[in-house]
Amino acid sequence: MNRDKNAFINGIRDGIPIALGYFSVAFSLGIVAKKAGLNPFQGFLSSLLNHASAGEYAEFTVIMANAPYLEMAFVILVTNIRYMLMSCALSQKFSPKTSQLHRFLVGFGVTDEIFGISIGRTGALNPYYNYGAMAIALPSWAAGTGIGVVAGNILPASAVSALSVALYGMFIAIIIPASKANRVVGGVVAASFLISFTVSKIPLFDHMSDSMKISLLTVIIAGVAAYLFPAKDEEEGEECIADAPDTTKEVR
Amino acid sequence: MTHSIYLYIFVAAAVSCLIRVLPLTLIRGKIKNQFIRSFLYYVPYVTLAVMTFPAIIAAPQIPIAGILALVAGIIASWKGMNMLGIAALCCAVVFVCEAVMPYLA
Repeated sequence: MNRDKNAFINGIRDGIPIALGYFSVAFSLGIVAKKAGLNPFQGFLSSLLNHASAGEYAEFTVIMANAPYLEMAFVILVTNIRYMLMSCALSQKFSPKTSQLHRFLVGFGVTDEIFGISIGRTGALNPYYNYGAMAIALPSWAAGTGIGVVAGNILPASAVSALSVALYGMFIAIIIPASKANRVVGGVVAASFLISFTVSKIPLFDHMSDSMKISLLTVIIAGVAAYLFPAKDEEEGEECIADAPDTTKEVR
Repeated sequence: MTHSIYLYIFVAAAVSCLIRVLPLTLIRGKIKNQFIRSFLYYVPYVTLAVMTFPAIIAAPQIPIAGILALVAGIIASWKGMNMLGIAALCCAVVFVCEAVMPYLA
């Protein structure tokens, strides 16, 4: 019992810097949410339930496009699919005795950063550590989004324009270091830029929503890349976790 | 046809939750299929790249500001700047560029 309490406190401690970072990024996400027509509460709710920067950005483009609900499901599946990998890695980190309820709650709270700190813990993962980090980081993410929706109204156009690229800055911060570390990833990223740009210029694709383009291109490009350049096999039994540092590094 | 924003949020939340929870609760072993593993490995990078470009050009009020922000962001992250720093840098580039541009044109 006491050990759980300690783990919870440790989780809060490690969650504080994450919460600070989240707040500022969520703020710029709120500006996108506002563009999509969400009110502050809806922005807050979306972030509390989804807590994913790329995923929510995609979510708002779907809303903006007034696309079918099925498209929303598909888009979220594709943009958030990395959480499957993380969830898989975390399953190796749990003691086999961990209950399904703990697995569910920890799974719900998986974000790039929370995954990053929990995979760094030594020994079996205590779910209460994740609860501590979630308790401080997720509300901060949600509040940042809600406030971003409000402030989008107050800020001058020049500031909104400047903040609108913050999210892309974060995305760049994820893909470039990975490209630098791995030439294949670099090539795949360069190809993605090129293909995405080309598709945006082809009138044939004009009727397709942005989110649908993003998802389709992702499935196709990642599929071709996986076929042509199978990711290296790490040592047996380490695979899921060995993949993990790549996905975590992307975020911090 | 108009859609409910709450229903959109609910669908997104439900799918996000399933993605996060299912492997943790169901998969006890590791994924063996080489293709699926490779696919999952590339997905985050491709998604982010496709979302960033060319959208970053269209986001600010003038396209050149977006292009400069992209270039600055790529250089800074290549040099190892952290994520928040890069996000701030991109914003600053757009802000300065848009402030200066009227005087150059």
